[in-house]
Amino acid sequence: MDLYDKDVVSIRDFSKDQIEGILDLSQKMVPYALGDKTRRILDGKILGNLFFEPSTRTKLSFESAAYRLGCDVIDVSEMSMTSISKGETLADTIKMVDAYCDLIVLRHPYEGAARLAAKFSINPVINAGDGAGSHPTQTLLDLFTMREAKGTLDGLNIVLVGDLKYGRTVHSLADALTMFGAKITLVAPESLQMPDDIVSHLEEKGCHPRKTAVLEDVIDQADVLYVTRIQRERFPDPSEYNKVAGTYRIDNAILREAKNDMIVMHPLPRVGEIAPEVDGTQHARYFKQAFNGVPVRMALLSAILGGEMRCRRIRQ
Amino acid sequence: MQTNQTVKEIKLAPIRNGTVIDHIACGQALNVMKILGVSENNIDSCISIGIHVPSTKESKWKDLIKIEDRELDSATVDKIALIAPDATISIIRDYYVAEKYTVHLDDHVSGLARCSNPNCITNKGEPVAPEFTVVSRHPIQLRCCYCDRILTNVSDNLL
Repeated sequence: MDLYDKDVVSIRDFSKDQIEGILDLSQKMVPYALGDKTRRILDGKILGNLFFEPSTRTKLSFESAAYRLGCDVIDVSEMSMTSISKGETLADTIKMVDAYCDLIVLRHPYEGAARLAAKFSINPVINAGDGAGSHPTQTLLDLFTMREAKGTLDGLNIVLVGDLKYGRTVHSLADALTMFGAKITLVAPESLQMPDDIVSHLEEKGCHPRKTAVLEDVIDQADVLYVTRIQRERFPDPSEYNKVAGTYRIDNAILREAKNDMIVMHPLPRVGEIAPEVDGTQHARYFKQAFNGVPVRMALLSAILGGEMRCRRIRQ
Repeated sequence: MQTNQTVKEIKLAPIRNGTVIDHIACGQALNVMKILGVSENNIDSCISIGIHVPSTKESKWKDLIKIEDRELDSATVDKIALIAPDATISIIRDYYVAEKYTVHLDDHVSGLARCSNPNCITNKGEPVAPEFTVVSRHPIQLRCCYCDRILTNVSDNLL
């Protein structure tokens, strides 16, 4: 795995070997992410955290990952606080921020924003979510959580449920799962099913996802139930949102049909998709999943900024 | 009895100088006309169009355009390739075919069409030309290099 000075824009930019390499390194980062051990291998580096859309987990976990490795963080949390609100292009903003830091993490409401940023930035860019596009670091932490729970990623039976149309996490995740021979089931109302171009891409990779609107029909076969929020902010028409809001709710009653070792994941925030009573069951993994954002992002920062190589030299 | 060839000759007379765009996929002639700039009313020469003309090729039918006194530049030919990937271009000089070639669609296309995704960063006033990778030639399908959206209705999104 050589990610030194590389951009992370889409999960499609990664090979299976590279993904496994990041997951292996993430595993090694866990005690450092917990604060049980300390390692300031990115001392002197500066991370530019540009979040032009609301975020809790992604922004905080990138900051946490950076601080755990000794990397400083400069950040922008609102578009209104930047010159973009004065009409500055994203390209110009990126060229300016690029001069102030060693790596840019970008969340932006428009699809393709991270690709554009990578084009204009000399330093590497990590996509932290671009509109309804992709969210590759979420995918990596999702894969890490699955592998941690199931011991392997190969051949898992994954059920994706909720907003599969606008939910960027499921687009990237489905893409990555094809590399590991996963069997994917897509559970959503017709109006929120996975876009055809993404399904076609999965089929090109040899994965033929099953589609249904009825979760009860497929939950008993799942190794992983990946639940997503139906995102009000992605709907151009609020009446369309109201038609589908609350379609799926995971509670202990529906989980009685599931395998004992089936895990429930959710990129969070949840708004009623998973009942709080599920939190105490053996199925719940979503808070562990949120924590896993830290070691996975530590692994990425370390690999991209050269910390991983410095670690190796120190060990030698 | 008239042959197809005879009919074609009557409908679209030979031109002395100009360009013949042949083997346009049936139904695409009017879109090619848009590329030529007819809708902008800036053409000073005569254009003849044959729609649903018999073809000797597998598709059996084709569209055909003859433009007098104009030779197409490469940017225009590249755009034509986007909606008529099998079209042939013949440059006519003094009634003779001076040059003939099939349009060529590169694997990578830049600055010829816009992304159909209104939320794509390339549609937001940034200083970049839309870029696409050709994922299918029959029918034409382009993948946006920025947002990954597949563009199928190319003729509606030409720049």
